[in-house]
Amino acid sequence: MNIRFKFDEPDTRHRLDQMSQDIIGKAFDRPDGPMKVSGQATYAAEWEVDRLAHGVLVRAPVARGRLKSLGIEAVSAMDGVIAVLTGERFLRVPAQGTENTAPHQGASDIYYHGQPVALVVAETFEAARHAAHHLALEIETSGPAPVDPEASDTVREETDRSSQGDLDRAMAEAAHTVDVTYRTPGHNSAAMEPHAAIAQWDGDELTLRGAYQMLKFNRNELADSLGIPAEKVRILAPYVGGGFGSKLGISHEGVAAALAAREIGRPVSVVLSRQQVFETTIRRSESRQRIRLAAGEDGRLTGIGHEYLVSNLPEEDFAEPVAQATPFLYAGEHREVVEELARVHRLLAGSVRAPGEAIGVTVLENAMDELAEKVGLDPVELRLRNIPDVDPSSGKPYSSNRLADCLVHGAERFGWDNRNKEPGSERHGEWLIGQGMASAVRVNMLAPAEARVRLSPEGDVTIETDMTDIGTGTYAILTQIASEMLGIVPDRIETRLGDTDFPPGPGSGGSWGAASTGTAVFIACEEIRRRIAKRVAVAETDLTLVDGHAITDNRKIPLPEILAGVAIDVVGELEPGKAQKARRQATYGAYFAEVAVNAVTGETRVRRMLGVFSAGRILNAKTARSQCLGGMTWGIGMALTEALVHDARDGHLINHDLAEYHIPVNADVPQIEVDLLDERDDWANPLQAKGIGELGICGAAASVVNAIYNATGVRVRDYPATLDKVLAGLP
Amino acid sequence: MKAFDYVRAPSPAEARAAARGAGAAFIAGGTNLLDLMKLEVMAPATLVDINRLDMKTIETTDEAGMAIGALVTNSDLAVDPTIREHYPVLTKAIVAGASGQLRNKATTGGNLLQRTRCPYFYDTSQPCNKREPGTGCGAIGGFTRMHAILGGSDHCIATHPSDMAVALMALGADVEIEGESGMRRVPLDEFYRLPGDTPHIETVLEPGDLITRVILPPSPGGRQTYRKVRDRASYAFALVSVAAVVVMDGDVIDEVALSFGGLAPKPWRDFAVEDVLTAKPVTPDLFDEAADVLLANAAGAGENDFKIPLVRRTLAAALADVTGGF
Amino acid sequence: MRTDLSINGEHFSLEADPRTTLLDALRHHLHLTGTKKGCDHGQCGACTVLVNGRRINSCLTLACMHDGDAITTIEGLGVPGQLSPLQEAFVEFDGYQCGYCTPGQICSATAMLDEVKAGWPSHVTEDVNDMPKLTEAEIAERMSGNLCRCACYPNIVDAIMDVAEGGHK
Repeated sequence: MNIRFKFDEPDTRHRLDQMSQDIIGKAFDRPDGPMKVSGQATYAAEWEVDRLAHGVLVRAPVARGRLKSLGIEAVSAMDGVIAVLTGERFLRVPAQGTENTAPHQGASDIYYHGQPVALVVAETFEAARHAAHHLALEIETSGPAPVDPEASDTVREETDRSSQGDLDRAMAEAAHTVDVTYRTPGHNSAAMEPHAAIAQWDGDELTLRGAYQMLKFNRNELADSLGIPAEKVRILAPYVGGGFGSKLGISHEGVAAALAAREIGRPVSVVLSRQQVFETTIRRSESRQRIRLAAGEDGRLTGIGHEYLVSNLPEEDFAEPVAQATPFLYAGEHREVVEELARVHRLLAGSVRAPGEAIGVTVLENAMDELAEKVGLDPVELRLRNIPDVDPSSGKPYSSNRLADCLVHGAERFGWDNRNKEPGSERHGEWLIGQGMASAVRVNMLAPAEARVRLSPEGDVTIETDMTDIGTGTYAILTQIASEMLGIVPDRIETRLGDTDFPPGPGSGGSWGAASTGTAVFIACEEIRRRIAKRVAVAETDLTLVDGHAITDNRKIPLPEILAGVAIDVVGELEPGKAQKARRQATYGAYFAEVAVNAVTGETRVRRMLGVFSAGRILNAKTARSQCLGGMTWGIGMALTEALVHDARDGHLINHDLAEYHIPVNADVPQIEVDLLDERDDWANPLQAKGIGELGICGAAASVVNAIYNATGVRVRDYPATLDKVLAGLP
Repeated sequence: MKAFDYVRAPSPAEARAAARGAGAAFIAGGTNLLDLMKLEVMAPATLVDINRLDMKTIETTDEAGMAIGALVTNSDLAVDPTIREHYPVLTKAIVAGASGQLRNKATTGGNLLQRTRCPYFYDTSQPCNKREPGTGCGAIGGFTRMHAILGGSDHCIATHPSDMAVALMALGADVEIEGESGMRRVPLDEFYRLPGDTPHIETVLEPGDLITRVILPPSPGGRQTYRKVRDRASYAFALVSVAAVVVMDGDVIDEVALSFGGLAPKPWRDFAVEDVLTAKPVTPDLFDEAADVLLANAAGAGENDFKIPLVRRTLAAALADVTGGF
Repeated sequence: MRTDLSINGEHFSLEADPRTTLLDALRHHLHLTGTKKGCDHGQCGACTVLVNGRRINSCLTLACMHDGDAITTIEGLGVPGQLSPLQEAFVEFDGYQCGYCTPGQICSATAMLDEVKAGWPSHVTEDVNDMPKLTEAEIAERMSGNLCRCACYPNIVDAIMDVAEGGHK
């Protein structure tokens, strides 16, 4: 049966704290671990399928144009080539997260350099790859095709504006002001598993094994792209090799594989090359951000302005929400946020880990560092003085806000008081040493979710939901929630994910997966508890379940005895309600970094880094910490190395592989420390947990770049802080 | 990757015979060749596998130098006890490059023949005189962060990516080549050709020529260092690198050899720079003077302008390291 | 063409296009999909396997070049229930998240520890003539050919250090 629950009121019961299995929150090893470390976990392209043909996508070599002909003759006679496909159902761009319908389609209308225009299908990957290089594409170029967001002939439109008070006046009257412009470049998610799909038809029914984050939506997007009913589509994605936003929506490989498999009557596998992942999936938009801060003598903010320019393709809605956290992070009665969107022929801009805060909080935190210096105040103290009591933009209370605790605890743990207080004054040999800090903040969300929990007569539990685990720890935390609620050891719980035949969850994105799907599991488990309680004739709240037994009135009864041969099967359904809107909900944290900058070469090494985070109840201390390590490492990458570079002439992506787009390697990353401040956020959901997958990146880079300033006296306002930019300011 | 005939060569003579045909290429480690073949930047019709040839030893020569077989892997070369003790600049350069996995596969001969990492060379949608003579240079007027400040031409400003070859250049290595007319030895400095108007011709090798060994002269002794500057802490190509070998006589530089990576289409050695330094007492002005000579004809192309001050500073630091002064 | 390979102690006779890389031979022909393709150009390390005991990128070598070679893949190091010490340590220290780079990390670490035992210097070894000490910095440098975008590097270093110090025997 289905149990529906609408989350309207804060849940102060803290049920998970009343249970007895003592596993929630613990550093529980991932149940999927042994499969992953032994190479047995099956990712999208790895399913053994008979008669599999291999497809390779063909890229457009121009930024704007019309495909006149594929020039198939050049390849149709090649050994092993089965078919060459193109058409108006090919995707122009992948779907955005939660798009739920087909994205823009059509292979013949070329919108960006690298857009897939055809698929070559062959008996082997080797044959398909070769043929894909040799189509004699005939393309009529059409212009103009602006590729630079800041160029004079590029169309820019104001897409959002909100203000309160009078920021100009606040700036004019302030004792201290900062008015600075920073730039951040585009980023690629660069998940280690390239996008991949195997499509297989059985009559008019399609099974797609894919690498996607949000199956409920992906199924609809795929069906709509193909023009078939969603009921005819099943997507399987039990293991996904990272996503970080790049696999939120259905993508080229899924649709092309499905079209090809239908055309040739055989299963088809399409795997993007690493270069294609860079050129045709999504990018985080580059940004130009102007921050204005107005403050009194004591550093208390009176005004904040955040104006930004981001870009996307013509006709695309998404604009990186750079200032998402600006309205509520710090105090100040005069505020202004302005969003401008430039229309450029670069690949689709969309969600990359923590869209908005990842770059917006980062730049705001750089500006706060500049303000601290002007005011002559410890950067930690400046932030502490500006934490509002309520959301200064909406007037709503916070559901919880432990930013101050994160700052204070972090400063102490890091030894912030012993920092270098004079920029450029601490030198060890060739190395200039400096420390920097920044606040972290990320909005918290809840989404509709369903999950089935089945308790077998033998006392084994099966959890099923189409929710994915993209490395986030879903297998672990859903297992823990059920284990805690039902008093079943984890070895007797099987969590099955990533199959659209299972009840739909919201997928992995926006850091909402654990809280939303976890709540659905929780709802189902509560109902199972009620059924058990009824059978042993106690109130559910008086029922103790532990290690497969019910304990009541000093009796310890094995569950199979209570169940008496009957399974309990419940689908929990979560519907977000008024609680979500009634409070300003976010997660908070603080970063502290120590860098060494080489005085000769300008190279930066991060020597120490600490993150202190508060994100409601921590469901698994181990996986939550790892998520934060990941986010902070992305912050190091953003600070020092990562930047998508487009050729100014034709817009093509110059650094489209992992040799030239520099994500951090092991040697770039110190033994980062993470402290999680546990809390209960009653307004978040009945688990009191909040999302933590993105918090670690939301401002992390600023702590590194602020540390570079502290080490050298050089302010780099154009990310990343590569050695040439630092060198320019060194003596 | 274009289909090719695969030939496993049992002897150098048979390898050369198989490679004489049009479009043939030797494959040793394959770490760069296969990378480029997948992208069809290179598309040999015949692949001659030389991995079974007996060219895997490191031996002392009659002249008290070392002879390194062309198939000695980068790892084996770097860890060889004699190399580590007497030619540490070579070990340091090798372990500064690539990754453990790549060094286990890449060979001495193959490393010398690495192609440039220029992104326009790598992308077949872009013009490139090196890949397709006459199509133009995409990098000129494009994105040039990795590109040359010395030795380039109007046709090509790509840089040579090797670390190992930079050290070999400073050590005065020769390349031993077995060709049509028997064996010959070519100084590494003369082995490479500058791009001029034929950037697709990178070395003096003729079709069918097989690199058999790299010959090192006797150890120069002294102090040796390899300083590599790059965008990541590891696993990235050099923006600038300096190999320095110095023998001091008190505080006077008795002998010096310098070569540079990341600056030019080939590992760069400029004897005039060494002349400035030789027989002089160490002063900061001297290092600056050396850099002035090195950079007399240097020209940035935009994003790579920073290499000019960077190499000046890196050279000074490397010299300070090996001379013990300033 | 035909190539004879010994993989994880088992003999395989591969009949494949000469263009087939060792990586694609494992994944497409022998269905040993534990070895991953992350970039196909030697830029990520996900495809790391051991050939005659040494770690290499299986994407940048042709299968036909390995006739007679002994290859060890992640499947040969351990299976659930019988994991190798490094595999166990990766689970305990959470040295992975999505798991895609993980087999390559573990193969790489397995051979890397042997390289250290053999006294191979690295870029961060103070004196290339000294026996290297396995510090965190040494592990990080030697593992830098294996990218992890989930960015579990600190956990990977901890897991390897634990095994080097005798853990998970």
